[in-house]
Amino acid sequence: MMRIPCPHCGPRAQSEFIYERTVDSVVPLDAPSQEAMTKLFTRTNPRGVDDEIWRHTYGCRAWMILTRHRVTNEISGCRAIGPEALP
Amino acid sequence: MNRYSAFSLLRGALTGHRHWQPAWRDPEPKSHYDIIIIGGGGHGLATAYYLAKVHGLKNIAVLEKGWIGGGNTGRNTTIVRSNYRLEPLHNLFEFGLKLWHGLSNELNYNVMFSPRGAMFLGHSDADMIKLAERGDAMRCDGIDADLLTRDQVAKLEPLLDMSRDARFPIQGGLIQRRGGTARHDAVAWGYARGADSLGVDIIQKCEVTGFVRDGDAVVGVETTRGRIGAGRVGICVAGHSGHVAGLAGLKLPVESQTLQAMVTEGVKPMINSVIMSQSLHCYISQSDKGGVVFGGDPDNWPSYAQRGHPMVMEGAVAQGLALVPALSRLRMVRTWSGVTDMSFDGAPIIGETPVRNLFLNGGWCYGGFKATPASGYTYAHTLATGKPHDLNAPFSLDRFERGATIDETGSGPMPNSR
Repeated sequence: MMRIPCPHCGPRAQSEFIYERTVDSVVPLDAPSQEAMTKLFTRTNPRGVDDEIWRHTYGCRAWMILTRHRVTNEISGCRAIGPEALP
Repeated sequence: MNRYSAFSLLRGALTGHRHWQPAWRDPEPKSHYDIIIIGGGGHGLATAYYLAKVHGLKNIAVLEKGWIGGGNTGRNTTIVRSNYRLEPLHNLFEFGLKLWHGLSNELNYNVMFSPRGAMFLGHSDADMIKLAERGDAMRCDGIDADLLTRDQVAKLEPLLDMSRDARFPIQGGLIQRRGGTARHDAVAWGYARGADSLGVDIIQKCEVTGFVRDGDAVVGVETTRGRIGAGRVGICVAGHSGHVAGLAGLKLPVESQTLQAMVTEGVKPMINSVIMSQSLHCYISQSDKGGVVFGGDPDNWPSYAQRGHPMVMEGAVAQGLALVPALSRLRMVRTWSGVTDMSFDGAPIIGETPVRNLFLNGGWCYGGFKATPASGYTYAHTLATGKPHDLNAPFSLDRFERGATIDETGSGPMPNSR
């Protein structure tokens, strides 16, 4: 299990968080259909580091971007986001 | 190939068991193959077997980065069934289930297939309606499914908590009597031995690191044991589909997650069938060795770590103990986890890719083991002919952009919500 450094609450148990999707798979409302399709239905899915959107659902309920290595689970960054930060 | 039989055992017993030979060769890779299959799990080995057996092809290699059957083939809960509601799914899995029933004879290798019955539990009126609907859908296509009353469930599995104040009250169930379990390693070994005897080169410790391209076509692979040319290349690497397809510049509709399972110490028979609850997501069966095997939810976040998380383990075990309280007396001896490629509609992908001569078999989510024979058979057809088999045609890679997804749970394009 990971300990996730919530930007608002400090390090908290992973069980309080829920994974949403990757940053590059958020579909902008005005995206052309091909781009929307790609973002909606495909993932880079790297065997390495990716930027992921998580939510501190059972805590402060804020969204955040977690930079995490998917083999080692090492978290190299966690920053707060709001609706204005999304494309 | 030395045929295994009671007679050969007897003869071996009289001659000090010196007749045993390696079940497959350990060949050096050739410079070119007609067909290369990446991934030496059950699916890849079955594909190679049916390519040689059904299509008569000889110049085939299976490349495996570790040892055969060391990935998800050795990391599942060994459940075999075909009780899906949607037609393309139950037709594919039913084709597989029929092959399972004759597999030990076909391969001359005991895969210990045990059709002890696979039972879904219903915990509410809504559950029972869903189970009846699923059973009806299956029976319409000639697949066996019996709706069970509460008493019938209690009779089949006396150790289930049937009390009215149980944490998860049981109202009834749906059983597929031809479903059951099989010996996972034996499936990989049986197919490997069969394929090898038909001339397939099984090359272990050979990781694919890139694709050799000629224009828009793939003409070979780069590996840790050098470059190998190929007429057609088939990806068959389960959880690592995204990574390997990425080497060819493809971005797939899959996200890799960890799925874990665990087993208790061996005890005398206590679980007669395969007990499953899809409302809870809990799978309980007893291996022939006596250990009670548990499976639960995938971890619900992307991961390539082949190890479990106590949080998810606890959830699966809590459900299991609530259903079968007697399990609380057992000690857990082993847990493991596999990397599963969760597709965006929960159904597999078998077919061609936008890259010429490159084919994909993946996206099996957490349900690949039961499909091993069907997956191999249909993928072999596609690799040999370049065209989909009737059974895998609905599972093409382009179904997502065509809006033709096969979404059994109806949960939309979210691999982490399956």
